[in-house]
Amino acid sequence: MNTDKNELNQANPFLPEPARIVRLYPLTDDVRFFQIRIADMEKALSFKYCVGQFAMISILGAGEAPFSISSTPSRPGLLEFCIRQTGTVTNALFRLKENDLVGIRGPYGNGFPVEKMKGKDILIVMGGLGAAPLRSVLLYCLDNRDLFGRVILLHGAKRPAEMIFREEFFDLKKRDDLECCLAVDEDDTGKWPENIGVVTKLFPLIEDIDPENTYSLVCGPPVMYKFVLKELVDLDIPKDQILMTLERRMKCGVGKCGHCAIDYIYTCLDGPVFTYWDVIHMKELI
Amino acid sequence: MRIVKLQKENLFPFLDAISEDSELWAPVKKGADRHVFKEIQDFSQVDLDYTRTIIPPRKILLPPSINMFKAKKGGYEEDFSHVSKKILFGIHPCDINGLVIMDRFYSYVFDDPYYSKARKNVLILGHSCWPDEHCLCKSTNTHVVEEGYDLFFTALEDCYIVWIGSSRGDDLIRIKPDLFDENITPQDIQNFIRRREEKDEAFQTEIDFSAMPDLMELKYNDSLWEKIGNACLACGSCTNVCPTCNCYNVLDKPALGEDFSEIRRCWDACTLENYSEVAGGENFRENRANRLKLWYTHKLQAYISKYGKPACVGCGRCIVTCPVDINVKTVAKTLSGEEVDSFWNRFYQEVTK
Repeated sequence: MNTDKNELNQANPFLPEPARIVRLYPLTDDVRFFQIRIADMEKALSFKYCVGQFAMISILGAGEAPFSISSTPSRPGLLEFCIRQTGTVTNALFRLKENDLVGIRGPYGNGFPVEKMKGKDILIVMGGLGAAPLRSVLLYCLDNRDLFGRVILLHGAKRPAEMIFREEFFDLKKRDDLECCLAVDEDDTGKWPENIGVVTKLFPLIEDIDPENTYSLVCGPPVMYKFVLKELVDLDIPKDQILMTLERRMKCGVGKCGHCAIDYIYTCLDGPVFTYWDVIHMKELI
Repeated sequence: MRIVKLQKENLFPFLDAISEDSELWAPVKKGADRHVFKEIQDFSQVDLDYTRTIIPPRKILLPPSINMFKAKKGGYEEDFSHVSKKILFGIHPCDINGLVIMDRFYSYVFDDPYYSKARKNVLILGHSCWPDEHCLCKSTNTHVVEEGYDLFFTALEDCYIVWIGSSRGDDLIRIKPDLFDENITPQDIQNFIRRREEKDEAFQTEIDFSAMPDLMELKYNDSLWEKIGNACLACGSCTNVCPTCNCYNVLDKPALGEDFSEIRRCWDACTLENYSEVAGGENFRENRANRLKLWYTHKLQAYISKYGKPACVGCGRCIVTCPVDINVKTVAKTLSGEEVDSFWNRFYQEVTK
């Protein structure tokens, strides 16, 4: 658990801080990229978070919801989110324009164990919107490239138009210090230059995994986990080095409202990052 | 521990003197045989001959619906209008233990100012009780209090033995020191010990809660949960009456014709259907059995792993409240392998077949 008291308003953790949408563009038909900056410049620069943490975003009259932070703390000042239009709060977010204000509070959650991951090979497996939290750790690894061994990215989407951060990842393919494999389940354009098939089809493309020395990070739709976890266990990656970040309903982010309870822990305090071993021994996680 | 004695006829004069600048809340009879905590205007309302109130005293600290913020475009205005100076008199040991759990919960990692501000403004004046057939507090070891109160009144034949549990409690005694007697006689001590022994023997129900954490693990996939789940009405009553339930929902309610929103915090219940539903419609606990497992994991296994103990304080409210007999007693007995001829058992056999 992240016990550093970094949250914006220590006296009242529920009090949102005004933040401005500085950049906004669509990633797919129903997913948008929001770049926001805390309106108070000093607070914007001192907002400290870890990769894999989340924040609560609120819109007056609509409510508040948790969102993974997609940007990396190695690029301070701006916070990025990729958000799918799917409920009351996100509907309201999709009506906003650049320069509009939202409320933000956080950061919350444990985040990825970056210190333990240093010096290790990093295997990132993402499906669909699972790229939202994992882009944070990917960019962090690339910004601090010397601190990590191999960095491997496997990313799957249903169709080319539904792959979020498509252009960004295609650009990354040009780097020789990142192994980047992309796949779509089906190519309805006929012009997809990469792999076709589910994300597990990408596993044979990566060679010579050193399992004891690898941390694997997984996020995607529920259906994806079963298949990806099997591949990772077959590769002999230790179950406590397989990390996943989970989604739950949350109303507070600070361990009070109870909605994210799993077994006897809270996703907002003890998660959202869990190991595969946690998943096996705690029931209910996925 | 500082302990003093108070003659019974001096109780109301004492309460009157200390409640000059705060609200005085105490148990009051409601209907034929039920009780509620209520703000007292007149001492004739107070009825100390009660077992349990319908709703636990946490309701007085955090009412079912409070306003957290008045939110405008220009900013958020904090609203602590639910906080006022209160004296809670007549709280039983189980409920004091419930508040101790709440105190720990609401200050864990993040301090919740909506609870802690209310809590700091409340003085807890406990009162001894007598168990009925539903009281389980001896099994949960919450029939005694060690902390969480300012004063505790143990009723003997004609006087109270008053335990002073905090510096603030001591201040109360000093408002009317003449009413109290520092001299506790050997006879008083004898009477006190005898009363405690008699009370310990008056419990009619005993459950071995120490086995529950293991049984919750071992029987997590047992068919008993489906059976209980089939009978559960998912009404949320068990949650509303439990002294250690805390879940809440947050609603952003735009005020009609105004330029602000009220950010309201309302009690919620993990036994309700949409409790674990996330945007997009995915519901992590669609079936009632899974929701009951969560509730009983918290009550019988571990509230939060860090507290290392179950959250049931044995008040018996779920036992008298659940319309289909799903409660800590029947669930604990079923987990221990006893056939419980309760309503949900009959319901399952007679109705669902």
